[in-house]
Amino acid sequence: MSDVQTFLDRLAERTEARRQAHGPEPTWIAARRQAGAARFEALGFPDRRVEAWKYTDVRAIARGDFALTDSADFSPASAAALTLPIAAHRLTFVDGVFSAALSDLGELPAGVAVLPLSQALAENHEAVGGPLGRLTGVEFSPFSALNTAFMEEGAVVRLAPGSVVEKPILLQFLSRANAQPVMSHPRVLIEAGARSQATVIEHHIGESEAANFTNLVDEVMLDRGAILTHYKLQEASLKDLHVASIHVEQGRDSRYTSFNLNLGGSLVRNDLVVDLNGKGAEANFNGLFFAQGRQHVDNHTLANHNAPLTFSNENYKGILDDRARGVFNGRVVVKRDSQKIEAHQSNANLLLSDRAEIDTKPELEIYADDVKCSHGATTGQLDEEAVFTLRTRGIDEQTARGLLTLAFAGEVMERVELEAVAERVELAVAGKLPERFNLSGLVEAAMSLHDD
Amino acid sequence: MASQEMEQLVRREYKEGFVTDIESDTIPPGLDEGTIAFISQKKGEPEWMLEWRLKAYHQWLKMTPPSWAHLDYPAIDYQAISYFSAPKRPEDGPQSLDEVDPKLLETYEKLGIPLHERAALAGVAVDAVFDSVSVTTTFKEKLGEAGVIFCSISEAIRDYPELIKQYLGTVVPVADNYFAALNSAVFTDGSFVFVPEGVTCPMELSTYFRINAANTGQFERTLIICESRAQVSYLEGCTAPQRDENQLHAAVVELVALEDAYIKYSTVQNWYPGDEDGKGGIYNFVTKRGDCRGDRSRISWTQVETGSAITWKYPSCVLRGKDSIGEFYSVAVTNGRQQADTGTKMIHIGEGTRSYIVSKGISAGRSNQSYRGLVKIGPRAKGARNFTQCDSLLIGDQCGAHTFPYQEIGNSTATVEHEATTSKIGEDQLFYCQSRGISEEDAVSMIVNGFCKDVFQELPMEFAVEAEALLNVTLEGAVG
Amino acid sequence: MLEVKDLHVTVEGKEILKGLSLTVKAGEVHAIMGPNGAGKSTLSAVIAGKEGYEVTSGTITFEGQDVLEMEIEERALAGMLLGFQYPVEIPGVKNIYLLKAALNAQRAANGQADIPAPEFMKLIKSKIAEMKMDASFLQRAVNEGFSGGEKKRNEILQMLVLQPKLAMLDEIDSGLDIDAMRIVADGVNSLRAADRGILLVTHYQRLLDYIIPDHVHVLVDGRIAKSGDKELAKELESRGYDWVVEETAA
Repeated sequence: MSDVQTFLDRLAERTEARRQAHGPEPTWIAARRQAGAARFEALGFPDRRVEAWKYTDVRAIARGDFALTDSADFSPASAAALTLPIAAHRLTFVDGVFSAALSDLGELPAGVAVLPLSQALAENHEAVGGPLGRLTGVEFSPFSALNTAFMEEGAVVRLAPGSVVEKPILLQFLSRANAQPVMSHPRVLIEAGARSQATVIEHHIGESEAANFTNLVDEVMLDRGAILTHYKLQEASLKDLHVASIHVEQGRDSRYTSFNLNLGGSLVRNDLVVDLNGKGAEANFNGLFFAQGRQHVDNHTLANHNAPLTFSNENYKGILDDRARGVFNGRVVVKRDSQKIEAHQSNANLLLSDRAEIDTKPELEIYADDVKCSHGATTGQLDEEAVFTLRTRGIDEQTARGLLTLAFAGEVMERVELEAVAERVELAVAGKLPERFNLSGLVEAAMSLHDD
Repeated sequence: MASQEMEQLVRREYKEGFVTDIESDTIPPGLDEGTIAFISQKKGEPEWMLEWRLKAYHQWLKMTPPSWAHLDYPAIDYQAISYFSAPKRPEDGPQSLDEVDPKLLETYEKLGIPLHERAALAGVAVDAVFDSVSVTTTFKEKLGEAGVIFCSISEAIRDYPELIKQYLGTVVPVADNYFAALNSAVFTDGSFVFVPEGVTCPMELSTYFRINAANTGQFERTLIICESRAQVSYLEGCTAPQRDENQLHAAVVELVALEDAYIKYSTVQNWYPGDEDGKGGIYNFVTKRGDCRGDRSRISWTQVETGSAITWKYPSCVLRGKDSIGEFYSVAVTNGRQQADTGTKMIHIGEGTRSYIVSKGISAGRSNQSYRGLVKIGPRAKGARNFTQCDSLLIGDQCGAHTFPYQEIGNSTATVEHEATTSKIGEDQLFYCQSRGISEEDAVSMIVNGFCKDVFQELPMEFAVEAEALLNVTLEGAVG
Repeated sequence: MLEVKDLHVTVEGKEILKGLSLTVKAGEVHAIMGPNGAGKSTLSAVIAGKEGYEVTSGTITFEGQDVLEMEIEERALAGMLLGFQYPVEIPGVKNIYLLKAALNAQRAANGQADIPAPEFMKLIKSKIAEMKMDASFLQRAVNEGFSGGEKKRNEILQMLVLQPKLAMLDEIDSGLDIDAMRIVADGVNSLRAADRGILLVTHYQRLLDYIIPDHVHVLVDGRIAKSGDKELAKELESRGYDWVVEETAA
């Protein structure tokens, strides 16, 4: 239990330092922190006997000693090199600390608020107290409990009913190469009012030597008819530890589309939990993960069909090379009396190396009868007929395989509407593919062609 | 504890507790070393067998019942169970069919069970109507000529100790799981089959032949060995609803296939599912595993599960030999308050191994059913392939159908495909059949049988016909 | 034999048939034509008993029996059989099983014993030859993976085997090439008999070049707007439906 104690000690130091600097916190926050700490202490870090963590070993986090930082210094030039080249309302966090210098919200439409959590709390903490913790208490996992105990910063996005944000809202999380690894526990709240519409991009990236621990919790609420597209582009350094849980609540006729794109991180765990609570609600989960070296990427998704006439559609793809390990656990639960449900789930994986491993488990749990549910999981090789066809056109075998691997990832990427994101990922995938595929230069050339 | 000390302890207990009791047929409920010594003594087992049982017992004491299955049942009091009772004497059972529950007979009628067998199944003293002994003798002679050994496991322990020592517990180790450990400690009977090199067993081996061997159901232990190029088809259970006083069933089945051997194991399980509230039904916790030890060996499991209140069962294949094949074909039907958590494990170890899984689940009434499967491809299993098709059909809105397939893939040359669907019985399909003049009940049974066809065609012919009839009986009253 | 009187039918709250009347006598072939959305398919679906159609008023009688009071299969057993526009696929259920089950249900309703296997096979073989179908169709699951033409032929095959008193064919020509249409038409023509009524529902006149109807009805906006003989169909072919629509409105 000493691992847990290290984190509790840090929490005690932090709480004391905060009290001395800023005086006491509002009682509701202090109470939640306490509940989070107590829950975390009771649960401890999950071991592999816990079903939800069967394939993911979190000792790299548990045994770490992570500091907390108050500095948001980051070279503007490096930040510019890392950032997505896209016109957006931008908030930037460096190791979890808000950086006003690297943020540019531009002009937001009327009725739309995008602000750092600290500012939202300072302005009106009671307005935050309602939605915060509504979708995830401290019960969900030891990590969400830990986030609740530590949370200080993050983002609050409020969309008034009927508001439409044309430009994407970009929440950028930068990770630095620190002498001592740091941890951050960002909390993101998105409240999409009735019939509002927006695109939110969470971009996790940083310096290549960064070795920090990010423990993110998102709470996303879609009121009647709201439409939200939510990108999570995770390109963290290959030494970063990244745990995230995204909790979504959907009202009647709302549509939530998630793109969960994972390219970086040494140990990555994503939980996406969506409650379809209103008739006509629709959720789309798109995912791509590409891991190499000794990367470990674990994606858990859960669609709770709590109301009749709700729809979910899931498509996750994984590419694993070297000694990387991928985990996919997709679960669909249809509650009793939730009739006329459609839920489809698919997971396809490619293993590029004999030492790579994929553990996949698509689950259906169904208590209503008027449903159409399906899932499929495939792991295998490229279509040899396609390889053959390309070769009959004069392409050598390795390049053909490279192109088809890219095409495999492309099936997820073609649903991406933001070109900047699609290109970024395609380049990254092409760049990560083994040299034997001879793809270097090809994709860049194709894209520059595209730009002309 | 050193083994010598343990041995002494056992002997002492045995001496003090049971030496005088040994002639009695039943022991009081409860489980301790003495119980096991009693069973072993009663079966006339050699000492090494007793030690083996005790080892299992001590492992069991350290284990806890599994809780991961999607099942809900009260905790079992293992000390309230009687672990040995001699076969019932004919005079204890009903003396004629007139004394048998007419409902049971009605079901036999629907299933098309021949008259003389109905009596046997209902527990009527059968010697007068059905001379099972002579039938068995005829078959035994034929098998003997081929060199096939087919006998009870107790006989095998006495008569073929070397084979038992070589194979027993090598597929399902004594401490494999809670129920397997319990079975290893207390099993009282079961079948033993040995098919020597190059021999194709001249007939299908069926537990039908030992219809009279009452009370073997509770802790059954089966071991089937096929040497190189040997083949056997084994049929377990029968379609008639079987009543049993023992609520807990924990069987273990081990299959060993050497080079080029083929074992086909078919089961029809129709134990008492309990009354309308699920009371009194059988708890069926079974461990079945086949070991494809030799290259190009093949093990095929086919099961039709319609009975029991609780089913916990995952017939599996360990594909060790190069190019070996594992198959699992399953139809599970739950109605009323039944709960079933069933599926398979395919462990690919050798190169070029292949596995096929076809699972069809039908949930009706207030029942709950889960498919739980594991496909594991080890790093050495080059070119391994798996195909899984897993479909659930829901009849009524109070039942549940769940799918939990695990895939662990550690070889880039493997191809693993899993497809699953869950849907309700199609209104438009029903309408189509009805518009052709077929009644709703018949239409449902046609569609359900069609849904299960991929599995039924894997069953031996006469079993398949019975299985279809059984399905219809099980689903009676599920519609309308 | 079939008598439809002032039939009003609503689907999901919308009135589709608005007082349709129709009499089909034994030995007659009736063609119901009309523009899309006029309610053609609704009529045959209501007669066969498909769910989701609410009869708000009017009657349907078949040989004096109240059809609306009959279960779906009772209607089939009484001799009314519907050939679907889009026959459903039933995975795993072999065609031959469906045919045998349906035929035996019919025989049972007539107090006959199940058909002996050899007699059944002889019957089926002659019928599939008539429909120019391969015997392998019988072993395939009902309509599963069938082409559009194969599905339609399969519908007629069922008619030939079950010999209904009233055969209703809903857009049996849709999706057929000319050869397949000939085969289907020949099948339907072979069903023509003094004791049998046939009700064809079609959008196009071309089917009626092969199956000559005794009566042609134009269905417009839920009612029969015009009736005539085969010449009416020809007129519709050359002039379209608009003039009937206008005439009705006038």
